[in-house]
Amino acid sequence: MYQILEYAGMVVTTIGVIFLFLGGLGVLRMPDVYTRMQAGTKATTLGAVGAIVGVGMMHPEWFFKTSIIALFILLSNPISSHALARGSYKIGIKVWQKKKIDAYEDALKKVKKEEEAV
Amino acid sequence: MSRILFSFIVFFLFWVALTSSLDPQELGVGALVSLIIAFLAGKEITEDGMKNFSFRRIQYTIRYLFVFFWEMIKANLDVAMRIIQPVIPINPGIVEVPTKLKSNVAKLALANSITLTPGTLTVDIIDDKLYIHWIDVKSENPEENFKEISSVFEKYIKEIFE
Repeated sequence: MYQILEYAGMVVTTIGVIFLFLGGLGVLRMPDVYTRMQAGTKATTLGAVGAIVGVGMMHPEWFFKTSIIALFILLSNPISSHALARGSYKIGIKVWQKKKIDAYEDALKKVKKEEEAV
Repeated sequence: MSRILFSFIVFFLFWVALTSSLDPQELGVGALVSLIIAFLAGKEITEDGMKNFSFRRIQYTIRYLFVFFWEMIKANLDVAMRIIQPVIPINPGIVEVPTKLKSNVAKLALANSITLTPGTLTVDIIDDKLYIHWIDVKSENPEENFKEISSVFEKYIKEIFE
């Protein structure tokens, strides 16, 4: 039984490591901050969670601890990427675009106008 | 009171998972520590208290976890496939998505779920509109975006948090 779990853990860890590698590659290849963040948040969540839970499967006595670490990654990863994206937008980094699609710009202008009116 | 009880139970479960042991001494210390923290911080941590443990909410939470993990795996594969292609097929932009959720916790859960799924990243929430950086924009109509991006999660989150 433990043998099977250990092999399953190895497979899960390997998948995680592959996704982590692809995430790193994405950060290098993508054209701007936001798309890089996409690679950094998407491909690496499955990577990190896979690697950590895989280790937990190889050592069943750690399984709950590693699950909690994975849970915290799932909770904190999107919040940090939101903060980074919002921060980079507010200091004026433009979105790399083929065709201009930017609903956020208009919304920010509207909020600013309302603040000035008050 | 129900808020303190709820946070006590959550803290205690975390303690048991972290220590991974059922030794009475461990459990005793865990109960004591979780009780103290629950009294100090319980009111700040949750708004609904024991209502969070109602059968309906637990049932939807479990179903939501399955939906969420499936979407997350799809998201990871999608982005990974884009990365390894010689010319990266992207058409990024920031789109607006309306939401009907009212409570802050529910909006947070929705924004986090969206960030973890295919090619979408929540940049900001203003009132009841989410602004989402989408790696491959398919339409600019907020209603269609709602269907495409967030309707999968929204019905579950509505049941869980409201």
